[in-house]
Amino acid sequence: MYEQLLQYLITGITVGSAYALVGLGFAIIYNASDVVNFAQGEFVMIGAMSAIFLNAAGIPYVLSIALAVAITAAVGMALEKFAIEPARNASVVSTIIITIGASILLRGAALLIWGKDIYGLKPFTGEETIHIGPATLLPQNLWVMGCTAVSVFLVKYFFDRTRTGKAILACSYNKRAAYLVGINVKKMLLISYGLSACLGAVAGILIAPITFFTYNAGVMLGLKGFSAAILGGMGNPMGAVAGGLMLGLLESIGAGLISSGYKDAIAFIIILLVLFLKPSGLFGKSSWERV
Amino acid sequence: MSYLLEVSGLEKAYGGVKAVNGVSFRVKEQTIFSVIGPNGAGKTTLFNLLTGIERPDSGSILFHEDQLVGLPPFKVALKGISRTFQNLQIFFNMSVVENVMVGCHRLGNASMLSAIFRLPSMLREERLIRHKALKALEFCGMSQMRDKPADSLPYGQLKKLEIARALASEPHLVLLDEPAAGLNDTETVELSELIKKLVENGITVLLVEHNMGLVMDISDEVLVLNYGELLAMGTPSAIQKDPKVVAAYLGEE
Amino acid sequence: MRLLGLGIFAAVIAILPLLFPENYYVTVVGVTMFFNVILAVGLNLFMGYAGQISLGHAAFFGLGAYSSAILTTKFGFNPWLAMGAGVALVWIVSYLVAKPILRLKGHYLAMATLGFGIIIHIFLVQYDTLTGGPDGLSSIPELSIFGWPINSDLRWYAVSATVMLLSILFSLNIVASRHGRALQAVHGSEVAAETMGIDTSRVKVHIFVISAVMAAVTGSLFVHEQAFISPDSCSFFFSIELVTMVVLGGMASTFGAVFGAAILTYLPEFLVVFQDFKVLIFGGILMFIMIFLPEGLFVGLCRLFTHFKQEQKECLTS
Repeated sequence: MYEQLLQYLITGITVGSAYALVGLGFAIIYNASDVVNFAQGEFVMIGAMSAIFLNAAGIPYVLSIALAVAITAAVGMALEKFAIEPARNASVVSTIIITIGASILLRGAALLIWGKDIYGLKPFTGEETIHIGPATLLPQNLWVMGCTAVSVFLVKYFFDRTRTGKAILACSYNKRAAYLVGINVKKMLLISYGLSACLGAVAGILIAPITFFTYNAGVMLGLKGFSAAILGGMGNPMGAVAGGLMLGLLESIGAGLISSGYKDAIAFIIILLVLFLKPSGLFGKSSWERV
Repeated sequence: MSYLLEVSGLEKAYGGVKAVNGVSFRVKEQTIFSVIGPNGAGKTTLFNLLTGIERPDSGSILFHEDQLVGLPPFKVALKGISRTFQNLQIFFNMSVVENVMVGCHRLGNASMLSAIFRLPSMLREERLIRHKALKALEFCGMSQMRDKPADSLPYGQLKKLEIARALASEPHLVLLDEPAAGLNDTETVELSELIKKLVENGITVLLVEHNMGLVMDISDEVLVLNYGELLAMGTPSAIQKDPKVVAAYLGEE
Repeated sequence: MRLLGLGIFAAVIAILPLLFPENYYVTVVGVTMFFNVILAVGLNLFMGYAGQISLGHAAFFGLGAYSSAILTTKFGFNPWLAMGAGVALVWIVSYLVAKPILRLKGHYLAMATLGFGIIIHIFLVQYDTLTGGPDGLSSIPELSIFGWPINSDLRWYAVSATVMLLSILFSLNIVASRHGRALQAVHGSEVAAETMGIDTSRVKVHIFVISAVMAAVTGSLFVHEQAFISPDSCSFFFSIELVTMVVLGGMASTFGAVFGAAILTYLPEFLVVFQDFKVLIFGGILMFIMIFLPEGLFVGLCRLFTHFKQEQKECLTS
């Protein structure tokens, strides 16, 4: 039992790291623009698939990863520019439908470009399994955990310490006030989407050597990331990270104890329970709009 | 003499701030009772507590001697209390007459099945509701725009539409939240006539308003709120002379 | 006058198979379209009129379909009894889910309905002893009405068209009643609706259950028509397809939903190359309509037409 638990822990934290990065991306966009970006999962897919194909096309490993992140960031910014900005006065339901449309569009484009085949990425370093007591892990597991920690730290530093980061925070509190003190709100939104797409791409590239990727791999990852963001309290970036790790752990333990086929169902049941039992906590105080 | 509404010891706090702090008052039937006070004095919170949109921390609200505290808003409405909103809550996705027909909702009881099959009883009820809605529109002088989409109306008409909608439910008590805000002088005069006509028709009016001329002109009784607390209560002329009220207003303006 | 549109639509549907009795696009794709119309009209009541969102509507279609399939093939139920049982199941499930789910709004509601849809889908794939797993179930018996077997394309056309026309009629009737006004009031301003004496949570639950039951009936009919069901027929993507139908036609318009369902059923049929582009085009339609034509294509066109007529009138009178 103990040996398995350690293995679940390793798997859970690895997967949870990816969820944490995607959830962090959700939180950043939600804070900046009040939009829940259902296309977040596609960033993960685009990052991973681009890296895989650029590398396969003969571009050096590290360069192809950097390029993949850049491509994804460009996609994220294009999404903001051409879909979110023109519809900035749309209702919540409309923006949900728009970002769902965007996610399907990106998935469709990926299908046309890369087909339906399954791909994997070469691990960052080595493929020798490491033994920790009864459990085993790959060097890539360590890469995932390490890079996630670094990314989260960098994002935190960005928002706490840099001028641009603080400007984005200002926009999320009050757009009009931010505009009046001379912050370029449009640019800040663009940066938020770019940053959030980068995080998605990083998540995808990190786990691409462990889980295989297809054109529609982004759906589940995106939804899990959203779940992570809800678990941690919508709009709370560090909460989303914690939520992601928690979700990964619960999922891997649940899959181990019950059945791996129901792994995804476990994650969604958890989310439904959170939504049902603590809707007030997630909404703030009252569900009535102010009158 | 019976009171339509009896409020006692009403309290509501947000965090540490007491928005309404131990307010008690009684409203006689078929009168105009106004609540005034500086911005942030707790007037809209008071209305939200009375209509069940928010739940008081303590206190009691008796309407026709029924306790309203703890009832959801729709049940409060079913008892015969209707209201308008400071920032408009019009159904912009519907036509003018449909907006008012929603106001008649509590007067109908046709079931979903009778609606699906359009049974004669349901059609009869629909005709009655439409008739009542048109009468409410006529009462507010809006008959000519009944078929227009609500989102095509100018602001002043939307304010009147809210009143028509509130009336259509045939309430005993109507709460008007700043009905004169944003209206010009002519429209304000029309409004004061309309409110007086309501009372003549047996309705009791609770009014929150910043337009002092209007309040002093039409009210039977005035309550002054300041920082959530009852500062003074009495007839308009008594309120105008009350030194505490003068201080609160002069201190503010 | 109120039912003029429906009358014309019914007449067209009645005449088409007389003119083209053997045409694949009329008698085969037509049936698929009718099923999609029922689903879209039901979802439109919940999304378009009540202003809510459901990203898991395919689950109710799936539950209805699988109930019929499982009860008839594994337990030897009479198909009608199985359909009744499926509808009852969906009725209960949707009611139980509606209570907590519909307290949520916006993003949370979207996530919860989506999660529900995915859970049902996973269950259908995983519980293979009952559902046949990813391969699904086949050899589902045919339906018959008092000994009249529904076993040809034309008969299915007649049956599905009848059910569809009834569902459109019911939808139009609901909208033109106090319940329909209550739905739209919930959409327009929930707080004002409450203060007009409308029990908003009850209204939302009711309409959610009604649209779920409509989906269940459709699922059950679908399974008998196809004699086959697999989890692919009720996937997350199908839920999104249904949302696209409602959005494309125009929310809060029953005929908008009919229009959206018709277009999205025939579009892939007419463009053979479309298959690979299907995902891309669906996404594109959703985005384009929501950004540039939030009223929807059908409602937008109608408005353009009446605007044009009005201008003509003004030209004539001035």
